[in-house]
Amino acid sequence: MTAAGWIEIALYLAILTALTPVLGGYMARVYRSEPVFLDRLIGPVERLTYRLLGVDPARGQDWKAYAKSTLVFSAVSWGLLYLILRTQGIHPFNPSGLDSGTWDLSFNTASSFVTNTNWQFYGGETTLSFFSQMAGLTVQNFVSAAVGIAVAVAVIRALAARSGREIGSFYPDVVRTILYVLLPISIVVGLFLASQGVIASLAGDGGPVASQEVIKQLGTNGGGFFNVNAAHPFENPTWLTGFVEALLILLIPAALTSTYGRMVGNRRQGWALYAAMLGLLAVGIVVVAIAESDPTPAMHAAGITGSNLEGKELRFGIPSTSLWAVITTAASNGSVNGAMESLSGIGGLIPMANMQTGEVIFGGVGSGLYGMLMFAILGVFLSGLMVGRTPEFLGKKIEAREIKLTVFGTIGVPLLVLLGTALSMMKWGKVSIYDSGPQGFSESLYAYTSQANNNGSAFAGYTGFVQPSDAPQFGITYADLAGGLAMLAGRFLPLLAVLAIAGALVEKRVTPTGAGTFRTDSPTFVVVLVAVIVIVALLTFVPALLLGPVVQGMTDQLF
Amino acid sequence: MRELRIAAVAVIAFTVVLGLAYPLAMTGVAQVAFPRAADGKTELIGKDYSKDASLFQSRPSVTGYAPDATFFNNQGPNQRDLADQLKGYVDDYLKRERPFTPGLTAAKVPSDAVTTSASGVDPLISEDNARIQANRVARERGLSLQRVLVLIDDHVQQPLFGLGGPKSVNVVKLNDALKEMR
Repeated sequence: MTAAGWIEIALYLAILTALTPVLGGYMARVYRSEPVFLDRLIGPVERLTYRLLGVDPARGQDWKAYAKSTLVFSAVSWGLLYLILRTQGIHPFNPSGLDSGTWDLSFNTASSFVTNTNWQFYGGETTLSFFSQMAGLTVQNFVSAAVGIAVAVAVIRALAARSGREIGSFYPDVVRTILYVLLPISIVVGLFLASQGVIASLAGDGGPVASQEVIKQLGTNGGGFFNVNAAHPFENPTWLTGFVEALLILLIPAALTSTYGRMVGNRRQGWALYAAMLGLLAVGIVVVAIAESDPTPAMHAAGITGSNLEGKELRFGIPSTSLWAVITTAASNGSVNGAMESLSGIGGLIPMANMQTGEVIFGGVGSGLYGMLMFAILGVFLSGLMVGRTPEFLGKKIEAREIKLTVFGTIGVPLLVLLGTALSMMKWGKVSIYDSGPQGFSESLYAYTSQANNNGSAFAGYTGFVQPSDAPQFGITYADLAGGLAMLAGRFLPLLAVLAIAGALVEKRVTPTGAGTFRTDSPTFVVVLVAVIVIVALLTFVPALLLGPVVQGMTDQLF
Repeated sequence: MRELRIAAVAVIAFTVVLGLAYPLAMTGVAQVAFPRAADGKTELIGKDYSKDASLFQSRPSVTGYAPDATFFNNQGPNQRDLADQLKGYVDDYLKRERPFTPGLTAAKVPSDAVTTSASGVDPLISEDNARIQANRVARERGLSLQRVLVLIDDHVQQPLFGLGGPKSVNVVKLNDALKEMR
């Protein structure tokens, strides 16, 4: 890759780092209900919303009540989205006259958006009406992101609490996230994107794209208006829109580390998590950028030299496409500006590995932070074992119950991935596979890695929906159901585990820092954290990765 | 029951505000403030010029350059099918350009010219690709090579002082300008 490409990547990381404390500080004020500059404008709307819902923002919830609200809200969201998709044919804003979704595809898509995954078995412009995109998908882009952030904030409160059992209040957390964070940024940046050529129209050959594009990146959702997602010139027309959209993807996950540091009263705690995330991210970007700069075996065979531009848009080239491939899988965004399936063997390995960490390298909005906090707890526990002291995290003793829940929360999803992949190599899953040889296996591994970890990017040959031009559309029931269930389990099991951990930690007394305290704001801890992620999460997948991307990356063989 | 009621009210309220008011208002503002951009600038969508050998050619597409039914090629890096497909693109390119660019070999063809883009409607080609095609275009249109090369220079885009991606040319704009030339 060229020097200019490396400078572009360095510039991206520098701007992201600079924005982290700015937005992080603002969000800390929002969640501590301190005055912010948008109060005069938004305050009345916020109070009106509470009156409408009939909730008292001052009344706190313990972890069980918080979890119940989360689950009921998500279930109702799922129900409405499923209904919208199934009755698409009768709704307005459907200029192409698209039919309602099949039951299995709609199950997958509803699960996909409520879990903040945005896996695309649906075909974007060829299956969804404007109404479904707006009232269905865009709404979930906002609220599933808000749910993730709300839960992360509740966990932070539990860590910071000095007494009591309450960890916040679900609806106020969700409402404040939407009104003070997601909506203002979406309006401003969305209009900027529209000015740059992201389309915004209701004509048959257009679509209300700009309003959806901005929140799909900001909320680490990633589901495309178009089938080819942010590779489509109408979603992402220029190099600049690509750069801005890429910043949106990591903006909130990065800022939340700073919010965390401020809310627990020690900003260095936040920077320690940020450092671990940034380190893992940077390694991934460098590897992909180098891998994509060379021709692939298929290009070799055709006598082509030069970089791997198969499946890439020229306005992004190798630097922006490599950068995007890594950040979209590090964050649980999953939108793409190029074809993931066309990445080289090693270039495709990194996105899979990013997701297989459990989406904690920045991760999804909120879910990335709470996932990372579980690894931090595991880190202090393992360090405590090594030196023979009772482990403490932010002064709170970590005991058997928390560790059991943490292990459940960090090992459960890898198990889902491996189980899903193994099952799908058998009869029922085979119809979904498009490519032959190891790439076909990689498609399956990628599909279940992505769905169970709520990412949503894909080796897109893998399909759960067929739309032949000469026959009626039909869903592939097995892939739709298995994937949908993987997404639901991958979202709500860790979410419940981490809320239970919050419930256990909130009541614990804080012991003052002493000479023997293992500091979690030190470079040593950053190293421990990275090591735990690599050992506990990534090593689980080495055998599976060997069968797919590693084989392909190591040989010039064609399959 | 209370939880269910709150959730139902919340989901409906969010659907009205975030699913209808927000996207429709944004779309309306964009339509008024940036009408050309909001409707989709035509030069953003690559087109099929293969019928006319006197024009610059877009990158290969497996979707027939359809902007409203897009999909990826989805062939992995080690697929034999992909190798065969790429060989076909190389052969086509050499057949078209070699008569006007003697000595052109597969190894000298810029990789963007013989690989599919992600969207299938990539409107750009690399500057190197355009410069090779200039030989054919100049001859077919009876223009001097110098004028065609200057036209390419005028259309080379490289955002942010050269940091923003490879040097490339918008084929749609280039061909439109070419058609204006006498």
